[in-house]
Amino acid sequence: MSRPLSWRAELRRQLGRRRTLWIIGIVFALPLILVAAFSLDDDPGRSGDPTVRLVDLATGGGPNFTVFAFFVSAELLLFIVAALFAGDPVPAEASWASLRYLLTAPVTRARLLTSKLVIGFLSTAALVVTLPAWAFLVGTLAYGTEPFSILGGGELPWGEWLPRMALAVGYVLVMIAPIGAFSFWVGVRSQTPLAAVGGALILLIVSGILDSIDALGDWRKALPAHYSRAWLDLLVSGPVDWTDLRHGALWSVLYTVLFVGLGYRRFRRQDILS
Amino acid sequence: MQRLAQARRRRALATVVGALAGVSVLAGPAASVSATTAADVRTTDQLVDVGPETDGTPVRLDTRLYLPEGDEPRPAVLLAHGFGGSKQSVDREARQYAADGHVVLTFTARGFGRSGGRIHLNSPDHEIADGTVLLDLLGARPEVRQDGAGDPRVAVVGGSYGGAFALMLAGVDQRVDATVAAITWNDLSSALFPQAAAGSTTPGPYKQLWGARFFGASVGSLPGAPSTSATTTAPAAMAPPSSAPGPSAAPAAVAPAAVRLIAHSGQTAEPAAVRGATGMRNKSGSTGRNAQSVGESAAPAEVLCGRFELALCAELQDAAESGRPSAALTATLRRNSPRGTIGAVTAPTLLVQGEADTLFGLDQADANAAGLAAAGTRHAVRWTDGGHDGASSNPGLDEGAARTWLRTYLAGSRTDPLPVPAFTYSLPVPRRSDTAPVATLDAYPGLRGTPRQVPLRAPAEPAALLTPPGGQPSSMTSLPGLGSLELPTYRLAALPGMSTAFDSAVLERSLTVVGTPSVRLRVTSTGEEATLFVSLWRVEGTDAVQQRSLTAPVRVALTPGRATDVTVDLPASVWSMAAGSRWRVLVTTTDTAFTTPRQARADRITLATPTLTVPTADGRILPSTTERDTESIALAGGILALLGGIGGSALLRSRRRHREHVREEYADIPLVVDRLVKTYADGHRAVDDVSWRAERGQVVGLLGPNGAGKTTTMRMMLGLITPDSGTVHVLGRPVHPGSEVLGRVGALVEGPGFLPHLTGRQNLQAYWAATGRPPAEAGMDDALGVAALGGALDRPVRTYSHGMKQRLGIAQAMLGRPEVLFLDEPTNGLDPPQIAAMRPILQSYAASGRTVVVSSHLLAEVELTCSHVVVMNAGRVVTAGPVAELLSSEDTTVFELASLASLGPARAALEGAEGTRSLEVIDDPSKPTLTVVSDRPRESVVRAVVDAGAEVVGVGSRRHLEEVFLGVIASSQAPSADGSPDGSLVERLRQVRAR
Repeated sequence: MSRPLSWRAELRRQLGRRRTLWIIGIVFALPLILVAAFSLDDDPGRSGDPTVRLVDLATGGGPNFTVFAFFVSAELLLFIVAALFAGDPVPAEASWASLRYLLTAPVTRARLLTSKLVIGFLSTAALVVTLPAWAFLVGTLAYGTEPFSILGGGELPWGEWLPRMALAVGYVLVMIAPIGAFSFWVGVRSQTPLAAVGGALILLIVSGILDSIDALGDWRKALPAHYSRAWLDLLVSGPVDWTDLRHGALWSVLYTVLFVGLGYRRFRRQDILS
Repeated sequence: MQRLAQARRRRALATVVGALAGVSVLAGPAASVSATTAADVRTTDQLVDVGPETDGTPVRLDTRLYLPEGDEPRPAVLLAHGFGGSKQSVDREARQYAADGHVVLTFTARGFGRSGGRIHLNSPDHEIADGTVLLDLLGARPEVRQDGAGDPRVAVVGGSYGGAFALMLAGVDQRVDATVAAITWNDLSSALFPQAAAGSTTPGPYKQLWGARFFGASVGSLPGAPSTSATTTAPAAMAPPSSAPGPSAAPAAVAPAAVRLIAHSGQTAEPAAVRGATGMRNKSGSTGRNAQSVGESAAPAEVLCGRFELALCAELQDAAESGRPSAALTATLRRNSPRGTIGAVTAPTLLVQGEADTLFGLDQADANAAGLAAAGTRHAVRWTDGGHDGASSNPGLDEGAARTWLRTYLAGSRTDPLPVPAFTYSLPVPRRSDTAPVATLDAYPGLRGTPRQVPLRAPAEPAALLTPPGGQPSSMTSLPGLGSLELPTYRLAALPGMSTAFDSAVLERSLTVVGTPSVRLRVTSTGEEATLFVSLWRVEGTDAVQQRSLTAPVRVALTPGRATDVTVDLPASVWSMAAGSRWRVLVTTTDTAFTTPRQARADRITLATPTLTVPTADGRILPSTTERDTESIALAGGILALLGGIGGSALLRSRRRHREHVREEYADIPLVVDRLVKTYADGHRAVDDVSWRAERGQVVGLLGPNGAGKTTTMRMMLGLITPDSGTVHVLGRPVHPGSEVLGRVGALVEGPGFLPHLTGRQNLQAYWAATGRPPAEAGMDDALGVAALGGALDRPVRTYSHGMKQRLGIAQAMLGRPEVLFLDEPTNGLDPPQIAAMRPILQSYAASGRTVVVSSHLLAEVELTCSHVVVMNAGRVVTAGPVAELLSSEDTTVFELASLASLGPARAALEGAEGTRSLEVIDDPSKPTLTVVSDRPRESVVRAVVDAGAEVVGVGSRRHLEEVFLGVIASSQAPSADGSPDGSLVERLRQVRAR
């Protein structure tokens, strides 16, 4: 007799859902769309501007394409994926009215949340890992196997780029976790899928707005997405400055623990009226 | 990173503002002695007669004495200011030393401010001789502790111009007991004409930008000069009071720490001093002219020289023009330096020098330290990251060291060991930090500590470096006074065709370079003398950055076409060379900061030795100065606290759960609901003290109007809602969220719930998988039989009709054949044949020893299906019992009449008759019914009706459930309703249904 709502059972509940299929489709389509877009313009740089941007290097080989594809999706797409996969399962069950049947199956409240969170996190992780891997494959086929060119000039040899990119993927995964956790908490509270994902998006956008206000100074460090680009610190020549990466990861863990804890606390005593 | 750059830029701009402010010095007329009293420090201003100028002009110095509270004699501090400053610019420091319990004497040096005379650049005959007079003054004050007659216990303290004054005075006057000399020179000629070629005695190129600033400072103070009004008013405009509320606002940020702690260098004299002087000028009505200085009818040479001594001025101007000092100038500058007298200093001396100071580099302090060491004089060396180019990032530490030094040696009690570490240096400010880590060593290693070799690579093809005719354009490697500004970028420094670069290999391990790196170059030139500038950069991709904005100028004589090797000592400083970084030695032919030859020349530079020799040190980093990552520590603490809280509360909960009590006496009773109460957040009491139970084999109907609390009760029975009080036990086990006993309960509550994207069969399988029980226990086929969905079973649930979902929901509730089945409105959406089919299913289910609880509105259905009913109204149980008992009773008689016409007589016979308690009439034309409750025996009631002439077609004792239901509901409401128990039944029915 396995435990109620095993991970496999939960995975089966989520896998066939349309939103899951859509997200997987987008993740797989994105690198192809980027390649198609780049093929429209031979010289992606802005004419007359000598400043080199990430996008200018994107067609310079598999690694550069991977970093660019990952960069553009880490801005928002992956956050939405996290919000959707972590925040939506509980309110979705509530909206299907199946939540009460799960709870009387019986699945304990904590067990239900744990299964949903673990599967949500694992599927998010799977996508976050799949995206750069797929982009790498597409990019290498489209643009060759040149080693990674650093934005400031110079190259990162393969042996250095691969582990650093893996670390960057891990870091982004940690960075999107608080958004997922927030979405999870809102979903448990409101029992509406829209509020969960929408709430997380609003949090992200408000955080972005506040982050752009210089007057807030160091207070901005506490914003959930403040350090979201710190993984680019990994892709430099020479030694890595771990300061921002460390701070970003710690803030993320703090918020993730906080919101997940709030979610559990809330759900434990919540009356299920749906 | 951008933020940091901005911050630096702001600081650098402030430096510029401050430097410009320092340029203007006003000379006021001689004022009488005045005394003011501060809170705890009394100050006395006094003009002191000192030796006359060379031409016999008498000179008086503007002085101020700070006396701390108390009567006993105190040690004294003679505090000298920087070039372009005055006694005002060291006021803050003076008060600090006074607060430490010292008598402090500040003065405006000869040639500055309201003092008379001319600037001799610390000539032993003038400025230093003045210092001896000031010591005499202190020796005559009763407030000053005396070591002997006319020998005060005194320390001389100064920065930059004042620092050299301090060292030189200590060298000529043995009465000095301690010295603190900051950011100053050892040999003014080598400071202004630096030569980085090792072993060369030829003066190097002239530091033209710094030289220009000195002249600007001096000429600016000249009355009548065209620039006067600009330089006297501009600072006020450029450093408005709002940006400089006190001596420690703008100037504090501006002034290098070493400067701030002791005296202001000429370039950073504070605007406050200027404002003070301006105010004084207004008070006295003076035009800012110094009577003892240059008159309005000054000769052109005098106009150009400002308050500089004229002979010195002329020589300096010649040197600036030619880029080479005359022998006379070299001699004068050397004489006006501590170099000659440093060996005679016996007072313990603290040398503070800036690591990125383009004016007086660490080599100057090193020479002073060497002189002191040779003489066996106690001394300590402190390298800060401040200097003439920027503020120290640890001003408090620098200030503290100076005060400790003075306290110790003025007390005279302690001489050994040194009160501060013998050598202190600052590491470069780490990225995203504002303060430099500070490290110490027990001995000063000089500029060539433990050497290490960093391999250098020459470019594949040695290019010819061109010095363009006229020497323009010029490379920019550092901007004097703007050392911390990140403006001289590599692109401005490495001009194409005029520079060559030698890159190191990637460093395998980290090095802390403390001192002078050196590189050996091979120069082949078209000229007879080559001037080159060498700087050290860190490679960052295609770009490079300087950790220290310093440049080593080299002037080397050679034979045209013949290769000459020259060892270049780069400026001494401290670098952090991280493992993995790459470094670059850049050689350029021009540099804006220096006078460069104007003749065209082509050089070929290669490496004589392919290494960069770097002196390293491994000091102890002061823990207070290492960047403690407080953010990380706080965050980690927060995370741990959160986890601790979560863990603690989880532990508490798990303990509480173990206390749940099993009621063994209920172990055989499928369902016991005991005194349940639930009040919702809005205050509505949905369930109020509800108790009932269901036994094995029963089909219990839970009845009640809408809002009676049926669903809330059912949710509490399933643990979906936590009751405020009361318990639900299933087979003796308490029900709470997640109770295991719920596994023995099947439920359909308020409609079915399925995953729309799965088929009916998949949904049942998914549900069963969620229970975690073995598939064999599910009884899937039986359940599918109940659902009777046929082919629809393999279609997604979202295509199902309401009735199909309902049947699937019942089937799901029956999965695993639970011992208790809760069905909330199971017949919703079912058509009559399906309802009829459901009836035997439920009855046979109960007959197998299980229990079924059904809530329904369909009273007829309940009457047919259920063995027992529980009737609820307004949150309470109104009645409960077996259906059969509820429907029949001894005192009730139901008459079925043939027609409506019979109704009247029958009613007349019973109404008002003895024993009649209630009378209910249903005037349905097809089936008029009369129900009477009477104390009389039934036969007498029947007789009375028949006797009355009513045509009775049937007499019964059993009512329909609907009647009972309405009856009990009505009677439970009676007290609150109109009080008439026999109001129209139809009316009451309407009321109930309307609810």
